[in-house]
Amino acid sequence: MAKARRKARNVVYAGRIKVPYAWSVGATGSRFLTALRDDQEIWGVKCPKCKRVYVYPIKNCGECFVPTEQWVKVANVGTLESFTVVHYKHDMQPRKRPLIYGLVKLDGTDGALLHLIGGVEPAKIKLGMRMKAVFARQRAGSILDIQHFAPA
Amino acid sequence: MGKRVAVVGYGQTYQRSSRKDVNGVELINEAVRVALADAELTIKDIDAIVIGNMDHFEGINYVDMWSAEGSGAVMKPVMKVTTGGTTGTSVAMCAYYHVASGMFDKVLAIGWEKNSESDTTGAIITAFHPVWERPNLGGAVAGLAIEASKYMHDYGATEKDGARVAVRERLHALNNPYAHLHQEWMKGIPPDQLVDLIVGSEQNQLLAYPLRMSDMCPRTDGAAAVIFAVEGKAEKIAPIPAWVQATANRHNFVYAGDVDMARNTTIAEASQAVFRKAGIKEPLKQIDVCELYLPYSYAGLKWIEDIGFCGYGEGPRLLWDGVTDMDGEMPINPSGGVMSSNAIGATALIRVGEGALQVMGRAGARQVNRKVNLAFCSGFGGCYWADIMLLGRKKPA
Repeated sequence: MAKARRKARNVVYAGRIKVPYAWSVGATGSRFLTALRDDQEIWGVKCPKCKRVYVYPIKNCGECFVPTEQWVKVANVGTLESFTVVHYKHDMQPRKRPLIYGLVKLDGTDGALLHLIGGVEPAKIKLGMRMKAVFARQRAGSILDIQHFAPA
Repeated sequence: MGKRVAVVGYGQTYQRSSRKDVNGVELINEAVRVALADAELTIKDIDAIVIGNMDHFEGINYVDMWSAEGSGAVMKPVMKVTTGGTTGTSVAMCAYYHVASGMFDKVLAIGWEKNSESDTTGAIITAFHPVWERPNLGGAVAGLAIEASKYMHDYGATEKDGARVAVRERLHALNNPYAHLHQEWMKGIPPDQLVDLIVGSEQNQLLAYPLRMSDMCPRTDGAAAVIFAVEGKAEKIAPIPAWVQATANRHNFVYAGDVDMARNTTIAEASQAVFRKAGIKEPLKQIDVCELYLPYSYAGLKWIEDIGFCGYGEGPRLLWDGVTDMDGEMPINPSGGVMSSNAIGATALIRVGEGALQVMGRAGARQVNRKVNLAFCSGFGGCYWADIMLLGRKKPA
């Protein structure tokens, strides 16, 4: 024990949580992703009560607590509400640095879409710029089927 | 002493193995809508929300906020409670405390799980200590098998005794349209014959001795919601409110090796505490129906002894005598129980909701054949965490 006490260091135990996931998108979200993948179209849902248009679609309007059953096709263009240029490196970031995150409020929708901004030098980006969805060539039915938003 | 509180509404989704047509938020919303309709309330009538699930089962750590659109929590006080298997009863107790405190009149308790979205054993292991237990232990089945082995050794119980519990649960589930497992082939076959068929079946895979597939609960997608209301409002909402008589919880270990495998001391102590509060001297005679969180068959033998329905080692006799069947002296799990539906975060809340339905006399085909004055509901989880909520027809003293 005396020997062990001399030799003991603070042990740090490396591990990894091994839980595979298969998240159900649900019928509402699936319809949105299928339109993105197959038709390169962005669809939202409209609350019958407050008339908000939600993108991504939600099945139930949280504010009014009623089902949002009406689908509306939404423009691929919108306005840049805010953005940031990311310079630090992290494995969870979806692109190599520097990468740009922006809030794009699509025309005719309520609330902005948080997504990547591309096809433009960071120095040239300004708030209020018009942005257009650029679709990925290979589309798999995910939100990254929109590759990024670029100046319209 | 807090305010008197009652369950006034209950809703659940159909419990199914996979609900790919909805995401978690949408699943929650289904249960909430049913509960609100049941109580003839709207979301505006709800003062606060308590919600829970098991974080790693869906990989969602922020369920209180993440689910707001579905739960109705937008711009309302909302609290997340997650205590493993007992999440549902802990959510119920937390909602009860909210109302009993006098600070909220009507509180919505929600429990849910989409077990189809992950691997149950992989997710459960995250509840164990990363250094001391995760490397040398995997999941829930083996731990329960160790308990069953000891019970068999100590009291001479057999695999047939365990199967008798499974048969009761699955037969009862046939009366419950919401239950996940509907084993229609069992209809009309006497329980003793069913026991022989199950124990002798080669298809009934041995998981961890003595537990076979038929001894375990399923993995389920489902949600449940229960509405609690304060005295003065509860009577106006529900014709027969299910009054909370008493609650208690106990949990007594951190490391698996410290569990008292001889007896389930936590459910014993929690039951005694509830009986003391409610003035119950003879549980078997005074309680009319049970909705117990029995995650596997042998719990239905041993734990009913620990609750105090019979002496140690007498559980099997109660089962074989039909005491716990629908028309017995103490019907246990008219819903079919956990062994017939197990959307884990919802599971214990369903015990409370089903107990309330029995008190209200509104359980349909699974209603027991007597006036229910007292319904005993329990939750079970890691740490041998035992939650009890006793519901009744009369206001508590």
